[in-house]
This record gives sequence, C-alpha cells and structure tokens, in this order.
Amino acid sequence: MSTTTKPVNQKAWLLILPVLLCVAFSAILPLMTVVNYSVQDIISPERRVFVGTEWFASVMRDEDLHAALWNQLRFSLAVLAVEIPLGIALALAMPAQGWKASATLVIVALSLLIPWNVVGTIWQIFGRADIGLMGAALAGLGIEYSYTGDATQAWLTVLLMDVWHWTPLVALLCYAGLRSIPDAYYQAARIDGASKFAVFRYIQLPKMRGVLMIAVLLRFMDSFMIYTEPFVLTGGGPGNATTFLSQYLTQKAVGQFDLGPAAAFSLIYFLIILLFCFVLYNWMQRVGTADKEGVE
Amino acid sequence: MNAEARYQKRSILLLLYIAFALLPIYWMVNMSFKTNEEILSSFSLLPQHFTWDNYKVIFTDESWYSGYINSLIYVAINTVISVTVALPAAYAFSRYSFLGDKHIFFWLLTNRMTPPAVFLLPFFQLYTTVGLMDTHIAVAMAHLLFNVPLAVWILEGFMSGIPREIDETAYIDGYTFPRFFLTIFVPLIKAGVGVAAFFCFMFSWVELLLARTLTSVNAKPIVATMTRTVSASGMDWAVLAAAGTLTIVPGAIVIWFVRHYIAKGFAMGRV
Repeated sequence: MSTTTKPVNQKAWLLILPVLLCVAFSAILPLMTVVNYSVQDIISPERRVFVGTEWFASVMRDEDLHAALWNQLRFSLAVLAVEIPLGIALALAMPAQGWKASATLVIVALSLLIPWNVVGTIWQIFGRADIGLMGAALAGLGIEYSYTGDATQAWLTVLLMDVWHWTPLVALLCYAGLRSIPDAYYQAARIDGASKFAVFRYIQLPKMRGVLMIAVLLRFMDSFMIYTEPFVLTGGGPGNATTFLSQYLTQKAVGQFDLGPAAAFSLIYFLIILLFCFVLYNWMQRVGTADKEGVE
Repeated sequence: MNAEARYQKRSILLLLYIAFALLPIYWMVNMSFKTNEEILSSFSLLPQHFTWDNYKVIFTDESWYSGYINSLIYVAINTVISVTVALPAAYAFSRYSFLGDKHIFFWLLTNRMTPPAVFLLPFFQLYTTVGLMDTHIAVAMAHLLFNVPLAVWILEGFMSGIPREIDETAYIDGYTFPRFFLTIFVPLIKAGVGVAAFFCFMFSWVELLLARTLTSVNAKPIVATMTRTVSASGMDWAVLAAAGTLTIVPGAIVIWFVRHYIAKGFAMGRV
C-alpha cells in the first residue's frame, strides 16, 4: 500500500465490508478454537484440563524445534535469493506480444497447476539415478547423486524442486506488472537517452514494486510452510536434513495427537512468520518510498 | 552490447528456463503412458510399451472423473467470489485512507500465514455446525481464507499504479462510482484481474488438506482422489502420473483465456 497522502473517506469501509465478512467467517472462529486448545490438556473431548502457558514453555525449550526452525530459515532465504531474481529476469525476457507471448505464458504457468503431492512424486522418480531423467543425466555426467542418501544433495533437490515449482509465480506477477507500464514512460526514457539499466532501475523496478512485494511475501510465507513436496520426496530425511517446521508440527498434531502442544506450536509458528513478514513489508515500503522521493 | 546481442542473451535465458520447466512435466507425461513395471524397471525416454490404460482407469471410473468435476465447481465458485469481493476492497485500499486501513490490509495477509494442518479440526467442527459438510460451497468458502487476501493484495498493487488523475477526471465528467469503476477503471487493470483470477484458481485447485477434510463423497476433489494411488500394495505411479497430467489441463485452459489480459496490460489510449 503506498504511503502517499490519500483523501480520508470513512465510507471506504463499505467497499471492504464484503471482504471482511468472507475472511472473518473462515478465520476468526478457527483461530479462537486453536487459541483455546493451546491452553488446555485435551485427554479426550470430554476431559480437558486448563494448563495455561505450559505448552508454550515446553515448545520454546524443544531442541528439535530449534533445529527445524534453523533449517526452515535457511531454506526460505535460499528460496527468496534464487526465485526473486530469476523471476524478474524471466519476466523481462518473456516476449510482450504475439503467439510467443501466449505460448510462454502457458508453459511457464504449467508447474504451478500440478497438485503438490504429485509434484513430490514426479520428482521422486525424476531424481532417481536408475529410472529418472535428472538422476540418470547427473549419473551420466559422473556425479554421484542420490537425494535419499546425501543430506546436502537432498536439501539442494528440495530447493531445486521449489525453484521449479514456484519461480513461475514470481515471473507471472512481475510480467503482468511490467505489461501495465504505459508506453509513454519508455518513450520519455528513450528521448532522455536512458540506458537499459537506468530504464530497469528507475522505471520498471519502481513500477513493479507492488507486485514484487506480494511476490516476496508470498514466497516467504509459503516456503516457510512448505510441507507436502519435501514430505513426499524425502520424508524429511536423510536424517533431519529436509525436515522443515510444518512437518515437525504435523508429526505433533496428527502423529502424536497432541492437540494442545500442536496448537501452541502453531501459534508460535504463526508469530514467527508474522514477525518476518512484517519486517520485510516495512523494509520494502521504506525502500520504495525513498525511491519515489529520489526520483521526484 | 548492442540490442541484438542483448535480445539473444534474453532468448537463451528464456529457452533454458523453458527446458527446465518442461523436463519434469515431460517425465510425468512419459510415465503416464507406461505401465508400473516399466516405470520402475528401466530408464527410457519414450514408453517402450505404450499404453492408454492409465487414462482409461480415470475416464471409466466415476469416482475418478467426478473428482475433476467437483474440483472445477468449487474452484470456479471460489475464484468468482474472491475476485468480485476483492475488486472494490482493493480500490478502497489504494485510493482512500480510513480508520484502521493499514492494519486491516496487513491483517488480511496474515490469514495466509497459518499452517493449515492445525486448522483442520476447527474447520471440520465449524462446517459441521453450519451443516455445509461435503458440499462444494464449504470448500469454496474455506478457500476464501487464503484467496481473498491474495486477490486484494494483487489488485491493490495494480490499482496503485494507475494515476489518481484518471478517477478525478471521470468524476468531473459526471461518472457515478459504479459506472466509472466498471467501464473505465477495471478495464485499466485487466492484467491485474487476469493474474488475480489465475492465482485464485491455482491455489484453490491444488489445495489438498482443507478440501479433503471438508468433503467425503459428493464433493470429493481430484487431489483427494489421487491419494488413493498410495495403498498398502504400493504406489500406483502410472495412474498418478496420468491423473497429474490431466490436472494441468483445466488450468492451462484458464491461463489461455486470460493471457490477453495479462500480456496487453495498460492501454492509455482508452481514456
């Protein structure tokens, strides 16, 4: 949301009312239920004991959680570091019109449309050295590759899978953002004799700021909650190399059926994501505003 | 570097990426025409014993193909509602300041920040209470939780790129808000509407946990049906690959229809 001065109009509330109703119906009751669980020991639906902050304290002390959190953070930062620049570069490289534009759009979007459990399954076969294309190709190059045996390779495979799966999201957002820049801007730049880089830095990048912010936040929060793909591909292994936070959470909630601790865990989880997103959001807002002042 | 060389460098990047994007999909399609024995026993770039059997399984078994129909129904409901309610809200956020605007805007997005696993039980209880279990509406409503905030954010990003002078000129010219909004403003952000609709479609289409929890028979989505291929007797890789190949088709059609909105974008001449 831009920070420039906008007219105050309380009637704008009417415009956002439908959205609030839709989201609140699905958000507030379940959230309250989770908060409710997080302070109780649920032995059975009829027998519940109020335990206060005990679950929160025990979750915070959990060593496995710290390991999973660290693993998660490294993964999400790697995802952003690869997917955002690659997505921008792709958006700049994609043709602007004609059948080529249509064809690239469709091809780029394909990987997004595959259900996540299928994504994991495909990569499971795709990466196997005996029967998969990527595994066989790597083996042919003389690289000893096994995503089930080697921790680093497993981690990199999950990252590569995520790059394959989700870079299109960044690319499509940026592409649409680029397409909505009026030609007049480019003409003015041409008259000024601006370099390609100057056009990117002072026209395309600021105009993409809105969509880029969404792309960064989405990729951050979704990669922070990644579950299905690594679970299907590696099952979290070898060891704990690809056990991310949500898998750890699901083990607790579903596997051990500890509703109380799982609820406490998910609230802490939520607060961590919230904190990082808030920092990212404010930082990008500030960078954007400074940019605007610099140009005008 | 001259323009020609730069153009070539871009094309090479694009071609490399397209190859990277298509290879796993090619492998999936390849698998879908093989038998399980062939998938697991040997490496081959093309099926050696080409078979349509996997697709036959899906098209002849009602529990398989009705999954696609159920998914399409709730995804369509969800996409239409998401974009419709998000359009006016995004306009409000991009044009006016009002009590709590920044907080609400950010709060919307926080609804996407919760891992769904723990929400399953509360959602189950909520929809059982209101009597909507195993209906398309239930899944469509549940998916609003993450799609509406997304649509609002995407549309707001595009609307903020449109100069406010356009609104002011239209109001001076005597346009009422609904007429200005629908005939002038929305066409200006077609690219944003296209992208928002596609992403709503996509996120609802691939979501598994909520859709599976809220349905049993009548509205069972294809993603849930697919989990059947994992059974005690082992994975049915070939049928899963065929089902996966078919799940791409509706989305590819959607993006084909919205491609012009995305590619053309802003047309100053219209105003």
